[in-house]
Amino acid sequence: MFLYDFSELTSSIHNSISSVMSPLATTVVEMVIAGIVFLLFYALVGLILVYAERKICAFFQCRLGPMRVGKWGLMQTIADFIKLLMKELIMIKNADKLLFNLAPFIVIIASFLAIGAIPFAKGLHALDFDIGVLYVMAVSSIGVLGILLAGWSSNNKYSLIGAMRSGAQVVSYELSVGLSLMTIVVLAGTMQFSEIVEAQNTGWFIFKGHIPALIAFVIFIISSTAETNRGPFDLAEAESELTAGFHTEYSGIKFALFFLGEYMNMFIVASIAATVFLGGWMPLHIVGLDSFNMIMDYIPPFIWFISKTAIIIFIMMWIKWTFPRLRIDQLLTLEWKYLLPINLVNITLMALCVLNQWHF
Amino acid sequence: MNSFTKYFSDLFNGIHSLITGLKVTGSYFVRPKEIVTQQYPENRATLKMFERFKGELTMPHNNLNEHDCTACGICEMNCPNGSIEIISKFDVIDGKKKKVLDKYIYHLGMCTFCGLCVKTCPSDAIIFGQGFEHATFERTTLNKQLNKPGSVLKKEVKE
Repeated sequence: MFLYDFSELTSSIHNSISSVMSPLATTVVEMVIAGIVFLLFYALVGLILVYAERKICAFFQCRLGPMRVGKWGLMQTIADFIKLLMKELIMIKNADKLLFNLAPFIVIIASFLAIGAIPFAKGLHALDFDIGVLYVMAVSSIGVLGILLAGWSSNNKYSLIGAMRSGAQVVSYELSVGLSLMTIVVLAGTMQFSEIVEAQNTGWFIFKGHIPALIAFVIFIISSTAETNRGPFDLAEAESELTAGFHTEYSGIKFALFFLGEYMNMFIVASIAATVFLGGWMPLHIVGLDSFNMIMDYIPPFIWFISKTAIIIFIMMWIKWTFPRLRIDQLLTLEWKYLLPINLVNITLMALCVLNQWHF
Repeated sequence: MNSFTKYFSDLFNGIHSLITGLKVTGSYFVRPKEIVTQQYPENRATLKMFERFKGELTMPHNNLNEHDCTACGICEMNCPNGSIEIISKFDVIDGKKKKVLDKYIYHLGMCTFCGLCVKTCPSDAIIFGQGFEHATFERTTLNKQLNKPGSVLKKEVKE
């Protein structure tokens, strides 16, 4: 049915490893391989996203962005990364040393846990839990723990204020993220990512679920932007008022980990939005147009997945570089007075649609 | 009921204004010709500064090597940080002793480009030029003489 099925490739790798090793060693080796692949993927995506952000932001502001290092500044992020690696790691005198050093790793580990559950193509899927949606929501909110620890252990008033804001923000917006995903779970009838993607074979959920799915998609984009601490919800690191907030005291590679964590969280929420609403790696299928569906099937699923994710990342960057930063009371008003009630009504509407077969 | 309608009108007005903002930045994104960044060292040959740019103080001379400065000293008095120094001399013109400009010394290193000299000059003898590449290795090269050697005051046009 699908031209590009990676499950045969992964199972053949599994069989060849397990033929020479015990089951325990096989598991360990496979985990190490998956970890290395994700590490390389992280470095690649981080570099590309930072470059994309700087270029896109520049074009929104009638600028050119980085142009000096390499053609069109393509090598700029690599140069920045080398510079960051060579920076001194400043140890703060009165900081809580253990928590200070632990915090960036919690942020990066949380995003690592979340990316494992993302389906990149059929068979290219590190963890396929039957409660995948719940799992991703759970582990992606561990990241805020790292931010809170960073703010607390820095022994700095700006960091602490930034961390507290981040806590209030994530606790509020987690609700909206959960409920908007839950709307689609009601439609799909499953929480397993692979089954959610398979169910979109006959049409993406944003088309199948029409009005309630569209509302859920918009709410998911807004609240996931808030959850990743990106503008216009970047109160936690507001440069102008908090001098970078929770990562004021961090330098060198520890700062780079926070930076990478922010961009990877953006990638993860964008890929979840692409998977749940836009069909993930599933090509665009229209029921009845078989030749059209055949042509769409020839485009590899990885390309579909990455391009959908890129479109959502572009929308998030567009939002970031257009709107001014919200105040903390405006932030909480938006969540508790607007997004949450609309979301609750929306999930009821979706339940009615599913019960009465009003969806496609 | 009033608060109910206010809630929804607030919501839709908010969405409308957000979409307006997105349209503005989106229109910039799709018009790359409007980029204002100048890639300076590369476009040095074609770079054209705008008219009101305050690069450095200059004194325009016409082709007879004449300028408009009467050495009145108003610019020197108005300069807030003493970057203008007027050295005048007395010449005998038509049998009368007259004060004329000898040297117009301009200390570029002290100038803040406030423009008070140009604004207060009664005879419009000095203007701001477009040149901005002032970097030198010697501080003394920043002290410039604005009137060209041998230049004289422009003859008054008889009516």
